[in-house]
Amino acid sequence: MDLNLLTRVADYSWRIEPHGDMRVPAILYADEKLIREMDEKVYEQSCNVAMLPGIVQAAYAMPDAHWGYGFPIGGVAAFDPDEGGVVSAGGVGFDISCGVRTLLTGLRKPDVEARKHALADGLFRDIPAGVGSTGHIHLSQSGMNAMLKGGAKWAVEQGFGWQEDLQRIEEHGCMQGAKPENVSEHAKKRQKDEMGTLGSGNHYLEVQFVASIYNEQIASVYGLQEGDVVVSIHCGSRGLGHQIGTEFLKSMALSAGQHGIRLPDRELACAPINSEVGQNYLGAMRAGINCALANRQIITHLTRQVFARIIPEAELRLLYDVSHNTCKEETHVIDGVKRRLFVHRKGATRAFGPDHPDVPEPLRQVGQPVIIGGSMGTSSYILAGTKESEKQAYSSACHGAGRAMSRHQAKRQWRGRTLIDELAERGILIRSPSLRGVAEEAPGAYKDVSAVVDAADKAGLARKVARLEPMACIKG
Amino acid sequence: MSQPAWEHFYHMADIGVRGRGETLAQAFEQVAIAMTAVVTEPERIQPLQAIDVSCDAPDQELLLVDWLNALVYEMATRKMLFSRFEVTVQEQQLIARAWGEKIDIARHEPTVEIKGATYTELKVAQLTDGTWMAQCVVDV
Repeated sequence: MDLNLLTRVADYSWRIEPHGDMRVPAILYADEKLIREMDEKVYEQSCNVAMLPGIVQAAYAMPDAHWGYGFPIGGVAAFDPDEGGVVSAGGVGFDISCGVRTLLTGLRKPDVEARKHALADGLFRDIPAGVGSTGHIHLSQSGMNAMLKGGAKWAVEQGFGWQEDLQRIEEHGCMQGAKPENVSEHAKKRQKDEMGTLGSGNHYLEVQFVASIYNEQIASVYGLQEGDVVVSIHCGSRGLGHQIGTEFLKSMALSAGQHGIRLPDRELACAPINSEVGQNYLGAMRAGINCALANRQIITHLTRQVFARIIPEAELRLLYDVSHNTCKEETHVIDGVKRRLFVHRKGATRAFGPDHPDVPEPLRQVGQPVIIGGSMGTSSYILAGTKESEKQAYSSACHGAGRAMSRHQAKRQWRGRTLIDELAERGILIRSPSLRGVAEEAPGAYKDVSAVVDAADKAGLARKVARLEPMACIKG
Repeated sequence: MSQPAWEHFYHMADIGVRGRGETLAQAFEQVAIAMTAVVTEPERIQPLQAIDVSCDAPDQELLLVDWLNALVYEMATRKMLFSRFEVTVQEQQLIARAWGEKIDIARHEPTVEIKGATYTELKVAQLTDGTWMAQCVVDV
């Protein structure tokens, strides 16, 4: 990105002054190097988001921002329904409530090292992953509706996981306001056999160890020590979310004119929050959030079963589950006034600071865990929300590394088999149904997540707590 | 006359699919092959079973996205891949038949699922030489 287009506000914060139809400025959080390397499209898309009706304060971009659909991936924007504010299907994304959860295991690295191969094989066998895979659960129509209403809470009631998991999930595992009746039959049919599946692309389940601790105090509250083994699961709402996104993108594009919304780009399709389409989408999108929460809960259950068989002394307790593709109604203080806003986070993680009432009691004093997934074979990070974050971008932080290279380039540059062998030499086991998929997800095809995390930390979006390194990765 | 053809174009996070043909319908057939080629090599798929698809939209660009999303839906719910397409377009309506087979992980080695066709880089146009081009980015 051309630095001349921006005003530098601080070392890690840059501003695009409102121009043209922009209602508010756009603010980008990153260091100079990340900004220079950032896609020009992030500039264009951030400006476009700033033109949408009812946007409050600014359109924000996180340090990992890149070219998305309408909104940049790594984009945050809040809208006020009383000022004509909108909700946007593209601002949430196709994979509604895609997110990451991290489980503590109570194991140390040497405990797992000797049984790593059996563990990787067991996880790969029992957790459906990749194109065309189906889950072990086949939902009836009433079961589907109950799942869409209940989320992870429903899953626990069905015997997938523990009651105590729920307090470690955003919204206590159950998104209120979900309307299964707003979810089309097509979307439900697409999901019927996909519960408890990982999906493909950049989704994974990874056994990791804590390689570094940056903040001892917060780490101890989170239950993390150097050398501990954890499991992270990255996936979303599967076919159901994708279908909801697809259908509402179209209805929002078609109805924008009737609502008097002039779209700078069709892909910014949106509808007023206080409109029929807007409300229908919110009900369906919240059902999509529940689907993602239920999905990660079922995968957690399957993971526990595999551990129980191979390393019986393991006890997999949930550290936290956080989504990075959502629109949530939240209270934020703007110029001293409390307002209810609809905060879109597209490829951005919520990062509530200490004392926030929505952070579960045992973690509240230090802030919400912010889980930043790496890509296959690279570092992941655990951060913590900060008090300052509330003032920066509605308590939001980055979500991952973002690609540095297209899938096509990656496939030309690497071979899946060679990559798997190279990673195995470094002690990282990869299990995947698709060698070509592995090539597309090569570690070298992603940006350095450490630079992104450092920028988020220095910008005050979230504080670095721990770095995780992979031991075994199940790729979809 | 140029041959009908498909190609992929660059998008950082995902992938662009483009089809060209002498008619709009042919361009739509080719862009469907381009989308299949995101998942696997189309020549690995045997056209053993046919399914019918229809959709309608108020303009050609939205029709393209609907067409590709209808195929994404069929791929996902039938667990199939398609390699041959026959499309007719009449005003706002598209009627098509797609031939393919059930996914065979060993033989097809599918790389990635397609979440949906998007409005990014969405273009349907008749070029100055009279041929047609249809393209968009698909989210994977």
